[in-house]
Amino acid sequence: MINLTNIEKVYRTSSIETLALNNINLNIRKGEFVSIMGPSGCGKSTLLNIMGLLDEPSKGTVELDGQRVSTYRDKELARLRNEKIGFIFQSFHLINDLSVVDNVEIPLLYRSTNGKPRQTYAKEALEKVGLSNRIKHFPKQLSGGQKQRVAIARAIVGKPEIILADEPTGNLDSAMGNEIMNILQGLNDEGATIIMVTHDENMAKRTHRLIRLFDGTQVQ
Amino acid sequence: MLSNYIKIAWKVLLRHPFYTFITLFGISLTLTVLMVLTSFLDHLFGSHYPETKRDRSLYVMQMRTQDSTRTGSSSGPMSFKFLTEYAKSLKTAERVTICTFVNSSNAYVGSQKIKLNTKYTDADFWEVTEFDFLEGKPYNEQNIANSDQVVVITDDFKKHYFGSTEASVIGKDVEIENLHYRVIGVVKGSPVTRPFTYADVYYPYTTPKSNYQRTGMRGGYVAILLAKKTSDLKTVRDEFQSHIARIPLPGVEDGYKYAYVEVKSEPYVENFVGTLNGNKGLKTVFFGIIAFIMLMLIGLPAINLVNVNVSRIMERASEIGIRKAFGAPVRTLMWQFIIENIFITLIGGGIALVLTLIVIQLINSSGIIAYADLTINLNVFLVSLLVCLVFGLLSGVLPALRMSKLKIAEALKS
Repeated sequence: MINLTNIEKVYRTSSIETLALNNINLNIRKGEFVSIMGPSGCGKSTLLNIMGLLDEPSKGTVELDGQRVSTYRDKELARLRNEKIGFIFQSFHLINDLSVVDNVEIPLLYRSTNGKPRQTYAKEALEKVGLSNRIKHFPKQLSGGQKQRVAIARAIVGKPEIILADEPTGNLDSAMGNEIMNILQGLNDEGATIIMVTHDENMAKRTHRLIRLFDGTQVQ
Repeated sequence: MLSNYIKIAWKVLLRHPFYTFITLFGISLTLTVLMVLTSFLDHLFGSHYPETKRDRSLYVMQMRTQDSTRTGSSSGPMSFKFLTEYAKSLKTAERVTICTFVNSSNAYVGSQKIKLNTKYTDADFWEVTEFDFLEGKPYNEQNIANSDQVVVITDDFKKHYFGSTEASVIGKDVEIENLHYRVIGVVKGSPVTRPFTYADVYYPYTTPKSNYQRTGMRGGYVAILLAKKTSDLKTVRDEFQSHIARIPLPGVEDGYKYAYVEVKSEPYVENFVGTLNGNKGLKTVFFGIIAFIMLMLIGLPAINLVNVNVSRIMERASEIGIRKAFGAPVRTLMWQFIIENIFITLIGGGIALVLTLIVIQLINSSGIIAYADLTINLNVFLVSLLVCLVFGLLSGVLPALRMSKLKIAEALKS
């Protein structure tokens, strides 16, 4: 499903060059639940960003469903992200000025889905994460766990095949973290491919496969 | 999608009330100045009282003669005789009026001197224009043929000369420059900004001192050619030019030997701009000043707003990152920010519209411009709306471009 070959990522400033990822070769199969672990600054999020087409590698190729994406233009990459990938972030990244349901609708805005069905799909997604009673609320009125569930609803509303989660439980207590993990496992059971960055060994143990990074290199 | 953008724009406005106040204050003030300016330009160039037929009128204001080497030229208004021969004789025009530009005179009420502006006209002047007669009627061909010493005066002159009286002054005597005239009509005055119709007192051209019998081509008269309909303007202009082409060349006028004669009949705006044609330096200065004023009025506030918008947009980096991550193409996002900016500009435009109404009401009632009738009509409103959109676009595009260059991963880190 996702195939990374000889991926290298270098961050350059005027005086410093930092190798964030070095010779990463990875294949994620459809329906897998993969976790990525490693110390802070080892390149986990960079790797996730490259898999999610949010960033470009300095070297190497990224294939999504057998298609090389390096030649794709902004518009095509945007369409691919919109249709195939859902994102969940540690700090939720909800838009505070929009209500819960409006936040969840965002991916559908860029698919030209009409207003009525858009709202229906958003409500369905919120129901799935147990937040159908909070649709008119604003992010500031929600707890951390509720915010993350809204973020999950936003990630799944467009029914993407792949869900990329960057430390989805990092800002939550263990009970809430478990709840979020249960939701992700449920989504995986329904067929979604999930790649999750985590610092938590217990969470990682609940996934099918663990990838360990150290200083930008894959060690497991 | 549009409602989503507008919701966000509204929330962003509410987020920092002081910021919003400064932004809207700047936009409203700028747009108010532009709207008042638009209203003033409409007042200058639009079809308004009493020149309500400007859309089908051609103005003949001056004649230009040049010597054979085209190094020397002379220009100015024409003689009554010349315009009678070359303009009055037009067959394609519905009507042609010949009148002088504005002349100055004095009248006395007791020992008090009243400075006034006068105009000699033919009877067609009252047909080509549409003055409101508050009392009496205009002079006609018969009055002119009889050389009757009659005048049409404005309500303002009536007030100054006869005092604030409600009673009719028709038939009363007016003494101007030691000559006596009988008032035949009182009209609502024309603004000073419309020199073809502006005056305090209107005389038939056969009254004394009009110089209508002067021979030669040059004199103190101008003409307005009224076409039957707007689409006839070209036909009338062509016929007039064919008449001008019949002027025998070369010739001598007041000792000046000319080999070329140019007399243009133009719509009002072209005629106004055309008066600058003779002097290239003056034209450059005129358009330079206009360009500078426009730059100051639109450019500088727009640049200022660009800075405010850039810092506001950068505050929203996380939102931009999220929208991009979930599939918003750069172009769509740019439109979002431009639409948001236009929405804010339109709110500013609404405030500016109210402020403009107040300002033009003040101008109209202040007497700075006699008989000023500045309005916000459909034309002014549409131009103002266009100015709002241009302003919104100008101040929105650059921040939107800057935003579109944000890398998703970096935007999400902020």
